[in-house]
Amino acid sequence: MRFRVAEVDAALAEAAGGVLAKLTEPADAVWRGLAGAGVLGALVPGEAGLDENCLPPLMETLGHAGVAVPAAETIAVGAPLLAELPVLGGVLDGSVLLTVSLDTEAPVPFAADADLFVVGAGDRLRLFRREELGITPLASVDASRKLARLSVPSRGGVVVGEGASVVETAWLRGVLATAGLLVGLGGRMVELTVAYVRQREQFGVPVGSFQAVKHALADVVVELRFARASVLAAGWAQAAGEADTGVRTSAAKVLASEAARSTARAAIQCHGAMGYTTEYELHRYAKRAWALAADWGGPAEHRALVARALGLP
Amino acid sequence: MDLTWSPEEEAFRRAAREWLAAHVPSPPLPSGDTRAGFAAHLAWERELFAARWSVVSWPEEYGGRGASLWEWLIFEEEYHRAGAPARVTQNGVFLLAPTLFRFGTAEQRARLLPRIAAAEDLWAQGWSEPEAGSDLAALRSRAVRADGGWRLTGHKTWTTRGAFCTHLFGLFRTGPQDARHRALTYFLVPLDAPGVTVRGFQRLDGDEGFAEVFLDDVFVPDADVLGEVGQGWTVAMATTGSERGLTLRSPGRFLHTAERLLELAREVGSGAHRDRVAQAWIDAQAYQWFTLEQVTAIAGGHEVGAEASLAKLFWSELDVRLHETAAELLGPEAELAGPWSKGFLFSLAGPIYAGTNEIQRNIVAERLLGLPRR
Repeated sequence: MRFRVAEVDAALAEAAGGVLAKLTEPADAVWRGLAGAGVLGALVPGEAGLDENCLPPLMETLGHAGVAVPAAETIAVGAPLLAELPVLGGVLDGSVLLTVSLDTEAPVPFAADADLFVVGAGDRLRLFRREELGITPLASVDASRKLARLSVPSRGGVVVGEGASVVETAWLRGVLATAGLLVGLGGRMVELTVAYVRQREQFGVPVGSFQAVKHALADVVVELRFARASVLAAGWAQAAGEADTGVRTSAAKVLASEAARSTARAAIQCHGAMGYTTEYELHRYAKRAWALAADWGGPAEHRALVARALGLP
Repeated sequence: MDLTWSPEEEAFRRAAREWLAAHVPSPPLPSGDTRAGFAAHLAWERELFAARWSVVSWPEEYGGRGASLWEWLIFEEEYHRAGAPARVTQNGVFLLAPTLFRFGTAEQRARLLPRIAAAEDLWAQGWSEPEAGSDLAALRSRAVRADGGWRLTGHKTWTTRGAFCTHLFGLFRTGPQDARHRALTYFLVPLDAPGVTVRGFQRLDGDEGFAEVFLDDVFVPDADVLGEVGQGWTVAMATTGSERGLTLRSPGRFLHTAERLLELAREVGSGAHRDRVAQAWIDAQAYQWFTLEQVTAIAGGHEVGAEASLAKLFWSELDVRLHETAAELLGPEAELAGPWSKGFLFSLAGPIYAGTNEIQRNIVAERLLGLPRR
């Protein structure tokens, strides 16, 4: 028993962190930088030799940076499905942008810009090129995710995965990665808020000395730390093929989504009017948190999955 | 990450499970916070000791099994899973004993630990006072130098099971009042000593499990000072980490309550309760994962400091939520006396004892986040 990120998994997150320390925009340059560090192929068979244990720390690092890149879609879900295809090289070097949609009714992140699409329907995952789909860009709260609605033909594309378990694995990896991103986003919002309330003075003292502010932040730190542990446990369950992997993954997503939402709320409140402006960076993390909390299944959906697995009436 | 148990740990789990299945009292014992219930609990804990399950993580010379922290967690999980009685010796086992291991003299350890393990000496915690609850550094009970020891005078209160215990460990002021926490000393006091008066009183749940302890010029020899004179605060705080987090509230307790909640929901629940029940179960799982993370860190030499406050905030609020959810499921039946209503009333104490949650939030904000004190 050892509840600690293994060295190989920590090393991958550190490699990503090294890129992000030097570069946080524009997003396509960051993406190519991450590609250069070998981050994108983490779960591709025959590449880094890693399993889902690498996702929580890596995604936490990427979420913390808040960059608008299809991390969950490409690293956790899409790229590992392309192992046999010639397009893999372009995806892994960052020159070809890939996104994923397992729910073609919903707006698809990064779809307005993507070159390749892995689309799930029923028990089948198919790969489409941009020109094979109908793409309608959508305005959204987090504008950096470049949402679009897809119109997917019933035929065509290249089948990159088949069978309920293959689709389930892709889904669970996407959920896990998104939960990891949310934990990282939450951590970043706490850091920004702590820095702000330490220096911002009202009534002659830093606002961070007020108990109401302290308690608001302490509560979200508790939520985030417990969500983080649950995301790590879900990553291990996926890698180990535990029987209750689905429940653990859904539980982690519920906790991470709720924690990130609470944190966004507390962070904006503790910043006062400064939190309600786009001239300050907090809004970017908050908007990403709202988007990701609802993406890959929101808390209500995952809570219902847990309830069903537990046999609740 | 590797969350698999070793074959040795699995064997330990099986041994604990089998013994508990054969020995856990049935029907359940009456509350250990009543005089009659306390006696029944003592008989159980002595049985536990005889089979060397009372203090599994202690060295064998004191009555333990030398079990690892992981094995201790396994034992706790099995203990709660088996529906075994709450430990009425917990203040001695989980709060005083870790302090003795760390700060006690060899003589004190040899004299006191085996009697704690065997449920012979029953210890109450004498920290809180009428004017010093969360502001413990304001306590007024005093100790003055006497020939070969100290004379203690003061008033302790909200002492859990104080009316049934044989001994008290407590903090007393050995320097000026304005020195706050810098002039306190940790004393071990027999409750049958001349000058001690104990008065039991009822808690919110109706059990007589509280007591106030009056000390009027009570003599305590030097041999019963724990740690250095004037260092009582340091000695006490070094073990509050255990109280707030791990040893007082192992995950097994909440995992078991969550399982009982699931059973109740399957029995009487409707779709209206589904979300709350699922969330309570999710939170109990989260407490387990966080604890495993902490134990890994401790096993790697990490000292748990302010992080214990994260755990305390989480488990105490979780316990209330688990019981509130059960009350929702029970509807009008929730008002009836029974394990759930009893558990609900007791859960309300969690956010208060071992340092109120308001204090814990301040600790998180100031020590983990670095926010300014006022």
